[in-house]
Amino acid sequence: MADFFANTYLGMALVIIGQVFLIVIPLLVALAFLMYADRKIWAAVQMRRGPNVVGVFGLLQSFADFLKYIVKEVVFPAGADKAVFLLAPMISLVMALIAWAVIPFNDGWVLSDINVAILYVFAVSSLEVYGVIMGGWASNSKYPFLGSLRSAAQMISYEVSIGLIIVGVIISSGSMNFGDIVRAQDGSYGLFSWYWVPHFPMLFLFFISALAETNRPPFDLPEAESELVAGYQVEYSSTPFLLFMIGELVAVVLMCALTSLLFFGGWLSPIPGLPDGILWMVGKMLFVFFIFSMVKAITPRYRYDQLMRIGWKVFLPLSLGWVVIVAFLAKFEAFGGAYARWAIGG
Amino acid sequence: MTIAALAFYLFAICAIAGGLFTVISRNPVHSVLWLILAFLSSAGLFVLLGAEFVAMLLVIVYVGAVAVLFLFVVMMLDVDFAELKAEMAKYMPLALLIGVVLLMQFGLAYGVWDYAEHAQDARAAVTPEGVENTAALGMLLYDKYFLLFQLAGLILLVAMIGAIVLTLRHRKDVKRQNVLAQMWRDPAKAMELKDVKPGQGL
Repeated sequence: MADFFANTYLGMALVIIGQVFLIVIPLLVALAFLMYADRKIWAAVQMRRGPNVVGVFGLLQSFADFLKYIVKEVVFPAGADKAVFLLAPMISLVMALIAWAVIPFNDGWVLSDINVAILYVFAVSSLEVYGVIMGGWASNSKYPFLGSLRSAAQMISYEVSIGLIIVGVIISSGSMNFGDIVRAQDGSYGLFSWYWVPHFPMLFLFFISALAETNRPPFDLPEAESELVAGYQVEYSSTPFLLFMIGELVAVVLMCALTSLLFFGGWLSPIPGLPDGILWMVGKMLFVFFIFSMVKAITPRYRYDQLMRIGWKVFLPLSLGWVVIVAFLAKFEAFGGAYARWAIGG
Repeated sequence: MTIAALAFYLFAICAIAGGLFTVISRNPVHSVLWLILAFLSSAGLFVLLGAEFVAMLLVIVYVGAVAVLFLFVVMMLDVDFAELKAEMAKYMPLALLIGVVLLMQFGLAYGVWDYAEHAQDARAAVTPEGVENTAALGMLLYDKYFLLFQLAGLILLVAMIGAIVLTLRHRKDVKRQNVLAQMWRDPAKAMELKDVKPGQGL
């Protein structure tokens, strides 16, 4: 049996498919409850009750929504480019899901342990913009088109600063593999050995760029209700709309995972002595997601020119300057290389 | 047939089909989408060659940025497709000639590989033992060919500044906002805060 799984093509394929399901199914189930948590937190901040009808405390609300979406009729707008119109939500979801192939949840718990994992995630998340652009264009309608143009400009702008921030972390850890990046943060001072200490200003820049990259409020201009109704999703209904929604939320959770891997030490325990493990990783992702929800609830939406100004005139120079500083500190071994490498007590 | 060979044929067929449909599809937006498929397939081919860093760069730079700008421009252009197609028919013989010449050149260049003396060694640059190819590439670009690399960057910078200078004109009749002045305004002079208790209203 072990021989079958290790040596034959069919066996290896089965093992890989099994691993894929092991990642995707818990992720999608967790997503249903994260959606619920998002709405509950939002409601609590605004002193509403939020979803409370379906199931105990409304826990099954997301599943009810899911059923409602898939039994509705798919409507094609007149003059829509049908193939591209249907392809767009699929690309949106698939691009969000395949990035999880390289995310480790525990030491060695990763589907594909590749050298350039962080570049892979960056590449895939830069492809997510196609779902939005294609959807907006194929709808053959004004509002979706304006929404997709906005999101194209927005996502490209903020990818630049995300990329530069990631370069800083790569210089510190000397690797592009997530496992190695997390292991480089392993030190005897618990949570003070993680990269959020040396890269402290970049943590905020990364978080804000992640908000803009995933079209979350306060940067949800591609779907700004008061101006563009629902932006690129206006003409979508039923399952395609659901795919867009899931894709967007998966991208948000992916950004949570990235933040916890790059800055909060992934599966490492914050207190020296406690065992490391997947629970820490999940806990950190939930914490970052909570901040995402709180930001959605308490900040007003930006104006588009303000968004572009912050992206190009503030974040880009700051993150570029940070890369230069970290590179110099690492190259000339300033303070014995302690600051840039941050291998304290390791 | 091994998995690698299967993957190679899949990516190769996708790349060729993508290139073909880029040229012959009627709608320019579809053309760009097919072009993206060709880019992605060639990234896959790079992965099969063991050059995963180059593959990721191809996806990030070409698919993630350049093709998005293509799509951006093509979507906003209001072009007459029928007229474009007529133009294409006019230039077809020239295009065919260039294509055939290119094909023959490639045939010659790659054909020589089988006969030249040291071609086998030069065919694939071997990654140094025990070094990831990302690090090997970095050593080449930033150490061995540092000056050339910086010069290439300088040329791009000059081109960029040139394009900006050519198109920039400062209009005096437009009302501008001073962001810093806006941010440094004193909130106390502009608005009044009321502490409203829950459930009471003003």
